[in-house]
Amino acid sequence: MKIHIPTPLRGYTGGLETVSVPGTTVNVVFQQLTIKYPELKQHLFTPEGKLRSFVNVYLNDDDIRYLEGQQETAVKDSDELTIIPSIAGGVN
Amino acid sequence: MLRIQYSDYEALRTHGQETYPNECCGVLLGKNIAGEGNHVRQIVRAGNTRTDSAHNRYNIAPQELVRIQRQARGLGLDIVGFYHSHPDHPARWSKTDFAEAHWLGCSYIITSVEQGKAVTTNSFLLSGTGEENKEFEDEAIQINIAHSVAETVAHNQKGQA
Repeated sequence: MKIHIPTPLRGYTGGLETVSVPGTTVNVVFQQLTIKYPELKQHLFTPEGKLRSFVNVYLNDDDIRYLEGQQETAVKDSDELTIIPSIAGGVN
Repeated sequence: MLRIQYSDYEALRTHGQETYPNECCGVLLGKNIAGEGNHVRQIVRAGNTRTDSAHNRYNIAPQELVRIQRQARGLGLDIVGFYHSHPDHPARWSKTDFAEAHWLGCSYIITSVEQGKAVTTNSFLLSGTGEENKEFEDEAIQINIAHSVAETVAHNQKGQA
C-alpha cells in the first residue's frame, strides 16, 4: 500500500514523497516500512515502541487512533496511509 | 533564506489582522532548493482549532493538514513551512512554538499584530536531525517584488491585448 511521507522525513526515504510497502494491518505496514527505511523508526516511535505523540497517522481519511482496531486495523493494497506531524504553538 | 512573493507575504500578514485578537495560522507550499532554502509558491489559510484559547494558541487540525498535503502533491509542491500570528506579542518564537515544532527543515513565519495592525514578520528555520537536537535559527526573508510586478505587468498586457 502507499504511504505518504511528510517533508521532514523524506531524507530517510531517499527523498521519496510516496513509498509502497506490503502489509495486512497498519502495524505490519509500519514494520515493513521501518525495515525498508530503518532510519524512520526513531522519528516515528518512542524507544518503547509507541507512536510518538506528535505523529498523526491517517488511514485514508481516518485518524488511526480513533479506529476501533487502531494499529491492528486491517488494510488493503488500495488503502493509503498518510504520516503527518502535528503543528501548533502560541505566544507564550 | 526563505523566498516568498510579495503578494503571499502581504496575504499572510493580512490574515493575522483579520483574525486579531486571535492567532491566525496557515501553511506554506513550495520547494526546498538545495543550497538556497525554502521557496514559497503558495500559501494556504488554515483554521485555528484552539477556540478555547485562540488569543494565545493555535493548532491546525491534522485532517486539514492531510488535505493540504494532498493539495500540495496535486500541484507538484511540498509543505515547506507554516505561518501564524502573535497578537500583541513580539514576532519571536515562544517556548510553546518550540515545543510544538516538529517539521524539521521547514520555515516557521511569525507576524506580530499590534492593536490589529501587522507590524513585524520574522522567519525561523527548524534545524537539526531530531527532537533531541532541534533548534530554531533566524532565517532571512527575501520578498520577491520584481517577479510580482512582472507578473502583474504581463497579466495587464494580456488583458489589454
